[in-house]
Amino acid sequence: MYDFEMIRPTTIADAVAALGDEDAQALGGGQTLIPTLKQRLAMPSTLVSLGAISEMRGVCMSDAGEVCVGGATPHAVVAAEATAYPGLAALAGHIGDPAVRNRGTVGGSLANNDPSACYPAAALASGALIITNTREIAADDYFQGMFTTALEEGEIITEVRFPVPEMSHYEKFVQPASRFALVGVMVAKFADGVRVAVTGASEEGVYRWTEAEAALSDDFSAGALADLTVSSDGMISDLHGSGDYRAHLVKVMTGRAVTAAA
Amino acid sequence: MPKDNSTVEGGIGAATTRREDIRFLTGEGQYTDDINLTGQAHAVFARSDVANGVIKSIDTTAAEAMPGVLAIFTGEDFVEVGGNPAGWLINSRDGEPMKEPKRPVLAHGKVRHVGDAYAAVIAETKQQARDAVEALEVEIEELPAVIDMASAIEGGGLVHDEIDTNICFDWGWIEDNRAATDEAIKNAPHVTTLELVNNRLVPNAMEPRASTADYNPGTDEYTLYTTSQNPHLTRLLISAFVLGIPENKLRVVAPDVGGGFGSKIYHYGEEALVLAAAKKLKRPVKWTATRSEAFLTDAHGRDHVTKIELACEKDGTFIAFRTETMANVGAYLSNFSTATPTFLHGTLMAGNYTVPNVYVNVKAVFTNTAPVDAYRGAGRPEATYSIERIIDMTARELGMDPVELRRKNFVKPDQYPFASAAGLEYDSGNYDRQMDKLEKMIDREGFAARRAESEAKGKLRGLGVNAYIEACGIAPSNLVGVLGSRVGLYDAATVRVNATGNLSVMVGAHSHGQGHETAFPQVVADMLGIEAASIDIVHGDTAKIPFGMGTYGSRSLAVCGSAVVRATEKIIAKAKKIAAHMLEASDADIELKDGQFSVAGTDKSVSFGEVALKAYIPHQFPIEDIEPGLEETAFYDPANFTYPSGAYACEVEVDPETGKVTVERFAAADDFGNIINPMIVTGQVHGGLGQGIGQALVEQTAYDSDGQLLSASYMDYAMPRADDLPFYQVDHDDGTPCTHNPLGVKGCGEAGAIGSPPTVVNAVVDALQSGGHEVTHVDMPLTPSRVWSAMQG
Repeated sequence: MYDFEMIRPTTIADAVAALGDEDAQALGGGQTLIPTLKQRLAMPSTLVSLGAISEMRGVCMSDAGEVCVGGATPHAVVAAEATAYPGLAALAGHIGDPAVRNRGTVGGSLANNDPSACYPAAALASGALIITNTREIAADDYFQGMFTTALEEGEIITEVRFPVPEMSHYEKFVQPASRFALVGVMVAKFADGVRVAVTGASEEGVYRWTEAEAALSDDFSAGALADLTVSSDGMISDLHGSGDYRAHLVKVMTGRAVTAAA
Repeated sequence: MPKDNSTVEGGIGAATTRREDIRFLTGEGQYTDDINLTGQAHAVFARSDVANGVIKSIDTTAAEAMPGVLAIFTGEDFVEVGGNPAGWLINSRDGEPMKEPKRPVLAHGKVRHVGDAYAAVIAETKQQARDAVEALEVEIEELPAVIDMASAIEGGGLVHDEIDTNICFDWGWIEDNRAATDEAIKNAPHVTTLELVNNRLVPNAMEPRASTADYNPGTDEYTLYTTSQNPHLTRLLISAFVLGIPENKLRVVAPDVGGGFGSKIYHYGEEALVLAAAKKLKRPVKWTATRSEAFLTDAHGRDHVTKIELACEKDGTFIAFRTETMANVGAYLSNFSTATPTFLHGTLMAGNYTVPNVYVNVKAVFTNTAPVDAYRGAGRPEATYSIERIIDMTARELGMDPVELRRKNFVKPDQYPFASAAGLEYDSGNYDRQMDKLEKMIDREGFAARRAESEAKGKLRGLGVNAYIEACGIAPSNLVGVLGSRVGLYDAATVRVNATGNLSVMVGAHSHGQGHETAFPQVVADMLGIEAASIDIVHGDTAKIPFGMGTYGSRSLAVCGSAVVRATEKIIAKAKKIAAHMLEASDADIELKDGQFSVAGTDKSVSFGEVALKAYIPHQFPIEDIEPGLEETAFYDPANFTYPSGAYACEVEVDPETGKVTVERFAAADDFGNIINPMIVTGQVHGGLGQGIGQALVEQTAYDSDGQLLSASYMDYAMPRADDLPFYQVDHDDGTPCTHNPLGVKGCGEAGAIGSPPTVVNAVVDALQSGGHEVTHVDMPLTPSRVWSAMQG
């Protein structure tokens, strides 16, 4: 690491002000940022921890029946408290290991938008609303490619609102080393249709598999996917699996997610 | 000294819990990085980020001006000192000695692998040293990297310009048997051929390497605290080859060491650097590797590419094994790197079998990758994997049961001592009995029903078996001397009985996970008839222990333990003399039982403690006949290797949709000879199995064509975790004792890592074939993507 200042504001306003400094960097749970700093791959002058902002922590229900998760809420809390949305709670409860789940936050995960992270699949499949200190962004508009989002410089995710589907499941096939998703698929069935979000597979980051959504909206069963094919174009190809393999897994994991959800 | 004779509580055969675990589990261990010396400075290394390049210039001016910087070293500073040598001289088939380019303390002229250190900064703090490393102005002209072994042999660039080839040696074993083996294969009714890769592994000891050097200008004495499996060997290498520090001026301390698996046998340049820096600065200098440095610079393991042929009669009787292997030695020769693919590998290529013809050819190849050397098993896993994979393939081709094919060719119990076709003399074993046991443990009869259950769930199930033999207890110095070893491989122990009757036993072996502090006292306690709790083991400090060769190759108990026995025998002989004097009897009439020296046929006795006290308070002592004190040293050089053997089986499930393999059951029937502590032995087997299954399923070391290590962190290098592994059934009862060491022990530290990889791969191939896939082989690691790809044809 290089030397840096560390501050822990207790209000969103103070955090936003602190992030106005050049080279200041927001710190969520640090599960990506801290290893990056240890490798000396980043050199922020100030780390602005969001962990002490109480209004950004916790899980509650909105009047509209959405599960509302504070941006600085650790995965373990979501796993334990998002009982109204079992598919989300299960996803959160299988991210990383207990140490990761007690440090990592939903806001941090979504802001980073790692192409193999789990939370982006949850947000996109749920049609979640990402709320920042300045605005509300629909999940469909938020994810803009690997490690790229709609967030502006210094913008903080303060809350994420997850509409609760009738049925849902996240099926993850882990990369053997990191245990991130080699391919992860979140399926969410709402009254007005099915949403399918895929993480881990695409060079563009998380995406919706719209053909599967259409097929599953007509017939919510794994068999509905039988005639669909997934192209390996644009799929990640690396040490752990070729693009062909990932494309194949997208269909397998989607089918398994549907079966588990139904 | 079979275990059943023991009458001493906590003696031989007792499953005593490990006393050292208390300090490890409560955070009271004292590892090298825990040692902080007054006034210590910190070393950080500048390492190459290219695999092959010419060092054009290193400008240290800006770095020297950085805060806290005390000294900067480059390769230029070590031109006058020696290189870090290979411990074995191997001759090629044509009689030419191997190519042995200098391995300098710091790279000079060229960098040869990513991570190769070309400079080091010493500063007041580690942070300052790291900052200054970044301020070094370095110009390295990148050259094309030589990564793939086949192309390294065929030409392309040279790893070492001073030798005109990338082939270190081209070794034949046994060269005189070559023609006969070729002829036998040519005429054989059935020949199976298999090309396979024994995958490169990163050792991943939990504790990264670390070294702290201290220099005393008043006495010109150095102390090196370092993560070593063998402090005397490290001292010898530094003194006799590298820095020339007189041995009597260099103390090497290897305190608690958090795992080695071979990677901490070797002397590394960082040790020499901190010693030189400590002298220059007259201050202690400390270095602790980061995990990234461990990935890039610890000696890796395995990395063989082999073509093996098995020739046999139509009835399955083996006629010949013939192999051609390329063994990657990386960019420099590490200390055991030339022995591992040759004498620790080729000599085992007859396996457990009466095969009459064996010929092994090994080409050791320099590449622009990290050095490769012995890793848990060291050559024997490579031999076992080749043999046991091709036997399985032959069984399929002949339509024979794989167990029956092995049994048909096993060395039988009445054939010992058995001269193998690969040049070793096996002293004892009973491979059929191990296999009998194994078939019961794995419930082979119940497999069909379990396969049906798996298939009902949509999974494929396979059963794999394996038999292995290995050579441990390295080694007879006379034999290894003939084979090219530049050192002897005896070990040593000093047993010191203190005046108050407790004991300190100084041993040349080093414990870094093996449990010596518990097991060795069990031996001494058993022999003396006293409680083990009164006996302590001292190890890891050249100032305290006799000259021993350290711990690797499952040698500690078989070699050093034998030295402990010999020293304790000397203690008993002297103690009997003292007791005879005290009891006014003849030495010959004194018996030792349960810690009491008594005159045979009388009720006259003195206790061990009384004799000890008399030795140190020698009033009315026959000083003309007996020296005061009670302390004895023995050196033990074994007469032969020991030959642990075993039979392993596992059942796997394969998910045909994803290629994911899960190990459902695993049984290990081992013959380790006599057992001192069965609990520790079980733990050693468990650990070895974990690493072997890890190699088979998940551990993947990958360099790209530029020589960048793609799997350079735990994000990409998978270690086996608890949920990758099944509950093991292990059985090591009723072994056949080693015939040539006093304890009858063979060694258990590596067996699990040797026997398990072919077992797993055999099981996966069985599963895939049961699903109608015409897959005869998949190279390790059998990751989901590789297994899935194999199923796609």
